[in-house]
Amino acid sequence: MALINLRNMAINQTGTIVAVKVSGELGRRIREMGLVPGTDITVKQRAPLNDPVALRVMGGTLTLRNNEADYIEVEVP
Amino acid sequence: MDTNITIALSGNPNAGKTTLFNHLTGARQHVGNYPGITVEQKEGCCLHRGQGLRVVDLPGTYSLTAYSVEELVARDFLVNEKPDVVVDVVDASNLERHLYLGCQFLELGVPLVIALNMIDVAENRGVTIDALTLSERLGVPVIPIVARTGRGVDQLLDAVLAVAATETRQQPAFLRYGSDVDEALSYMMPLIRECNELTALYPERWIGVKLLENDEQIVQKAAVSHPAAAVKLKERCETVTDHLQNTIGVYPEAVIADHRYGYIKSILHQGVVTRKFVADRLYASDKIDKVVTHRFLGPLIMAGVLFALYTFTFSYSKVLVEWLSSFFALINIGVDSLLPDGPLKSLISSGIIAGVGGVLGFVPIIMFMFFGIAVLEDSGYLARVAFMMDRIFHFFGLHGSSVMPFIVSGGIAGGCAVPGVMATRTLRSPKERLATLLTVPFMNCGAKLPVLTLLIGTFFSDHQARYMFLATLAAWFVALCAAKFLRMTVLRGASTPFVMELPPYRFPTLKGLAIHTWERTWQYIKKAGTVILGISILLWAMMTYPGLTHDRAAYFEQQRQQAQQAAVTASEAKELLNKTLQQIKAEEAMEGLRNSLGGRIGIACERVSQYAGIDWRTNIALLGGIAAKEVIISTLGTAYSLGDVNRNNTASLSERLAKDPGWNPVVALAVLVFIMFYAPCFITVICIAKEAGSWKWGAFSMIFNTLFAYSMAVMIYQIGALLYLR
Repeated sequence: MALINLRNMAINQTGTIVAVKVSGELGRRIREMGLVPGTDITVKQRAPLNDPVALRVMGGTLTLRNNEADYIEVEVP
Repeated sequence: MDTNITIALSGNPNAGKTTLFNHLTGARQHVGNYPGITVEQKEGCCLHRGQGLRVVDLPGTYSLTAYSVEELVARDFLVNEKPDVVVDVVDASNLERHLYLGCQFLELGVPLVIALNMIDVAENRGVTIDALTLSERLGVPVIPIVARTGRGVDQLLDAVLAVAATETRQQPAFLRYGSDVDEALSYMMPLIRECNELTALYPERWIGVKLLENDEQIVQKAAVSHPAAAVKLKERCETVTDHLQNTIGVYPEAVIADHRYGYIKSILHQGVVTRKFVADRLYASDKIDKVVTHRFLGPLIMAGVLFALYTFTFSYSKVLVEWLSSFFALINIGVDSLLPDGPLKSLISSGIIAGVGGVLGFVPIIMFMFFGIAVLEDSGYLARVAFMMDRIFHFFGLHGSSVMPFIVSGGIAGGCAVPGVMATRTLRSPKERLATLLTVPFMNCGAKLPVLTLLIGTFFSDHQARYMFLATLAAWFVALCAAKFLRMTVLRGASTPFVMELPPYRFPTLKGLAIHTWERTWQYIKKAGTVILGISILLWAMMTYPGLTHDRAAYFEQQRQQAQQAAVTASEAKELLNKTLQQIKAEEAMEGLRNSLGGRIGIACERVSQYAGIDWRTNIALLGGIAAKEVIISTLGTAYSLGDVNRNNTASLSERLAKDPGWNPVVALAVLVFIMFYAPCFITVICIAKEAGSWKWGAFSMIFNTLFAYSMAVMIYQIGALLYLR
């Protein structure tokens, strides 16, 4: 088990969100999409220019920019 | 059945809300705007068991916070208009995430019915949902439906009627948000009760939650109506915030959100959702995405899709376009033979038929284009385009979601800047929004297309598709650079998050496509029918009056008589006489136009426009184009048919331009570029001013764009003249 930043996850890697350390608009936006502590996520794809990244969250696909993924800490096996 | 029952449809984007709305109301819908703001309000009606239902389609949202216009609109509608029933459409295979919004409806205490949409998709994936248990636990009816086919919709409406008929008002759900927040809330209650203006509208506990979430609207309302209590409440909120920050390092809103998800999980995890077999429901979608958003293949496929859209739009609509234009030519011939020469005939044939015919002739292209866009949008591909393009858009100071306004405005040529400007509402940062607003008019809208098609068809006919494609690329390039320029100068500021959903791929329904296409085409026709007709007549008058002076009119009359006498004495063939007479007539008409108000303005502008190779006749058309781009073609048509040797109206404008010595490929290119980038049409300017909240931005876009377009056109003409015309 290791704590890493969402930005550093590889494609097809799965992990559990531990913390979302951001408030304000970005924080709300992240949370209302289901990215809260305890949620399992899988990195699915990266855009052709490596940014943004597509994630599998609760049966849906979400996108996130790398600099936004920086706020999300993930525990990976 | 005495009064109508009002249902508000709400739900996450992509939950199938629009599909349900279309299924319920069919063609009986009406699109308007919420008063004061420009978020679209869709409304329709339907009949169920003899009861008339008014269905209001609320904007799709993920949450009920106050930080986007859509969410505020949805929330204010629920609070102020108090619909009899709120139907929350949720995606059955995405229940956990979609219930986040439903949970907030429960907290707000609105009469709720949950429509468990796309239950068939969930079943196919081996997911069964115990709707009854879910309903018991949530305390509201939960009805499984398939909005695409209409399965379960009757039961849904039965539930709606039952909820509407109950006397007891739905009580706000009591959620626990953890000891820190709960304690703060109970401390705040007496203070909140003092704010009776707020409690008249909202549940007490809900107000407390919103204050802790630092919700702009509620904080402001409290400060205005009950300043003393608001100060104390604010202090309390700050204390909790500080405490949470110091202990676990998060803000209250995060704690509240976590507990909402906790509540949802506790409800779902005790036997409501069972998975018969583990299957990735997005298996197919993922497979497609692996290819479609692939590093190398993705952009190639995207370019291919856009190019295919072009080919589809232009080649398949051709037959209809030709059919329509010959129809209007036929009317013109009829008018020509029925009416005597004079101002009335001139008004009808040169003003009205030429103007409106020119516009309506392009309806098929617009229909095909909107159909194509609707396919991309409904299938989910457009979101992938935003995903792939965000890196680039972000670089230019925009947002991946700016793709939509750009595409609607003509990013895939043939949109319209008016809905494009309106589509910027989904953008959350005011600065990115303004930058998008001001640059989308650079795209090739449906009204510019006919002009581009005409000029390209006339002067670059060998490579029509290629030039149209290049024109689109140029529009993108210029718009993006202009956006970057604006974001670096007048609109500096931080960027907004790109937290967005990629919906699973879906086969668009024919009904949905038809409604989309029709809506947008009808908007175009309405615009053409009202504004353009008026402007065509106005322009006809501008180009007809004051006309020739008496001296000159007499001079031409004298010339004509001389020619006739000469013909009699010389007993020459009739042909020669006709030729001379036509020549005189053309010169007369030309002088009349030169002398008209439009001509005078055009000639005055020629002093400046000559550096771009643009003559006064084109100037008049461009002037008209500020009123509406559709007018450019009809004005050129009017200008050339009034001042032309050939009275035959059926000869196309294209042939005339090709024959005109004032036109050549270099001039055409300069005019083309000028038309692509100069001042947006009046309707767009009005929309920009409205959306930006200030006329300053409307004026800015007119001046900025025209100056930019002029310098581009001058550059092209001067370089082109050096290279090719010597």
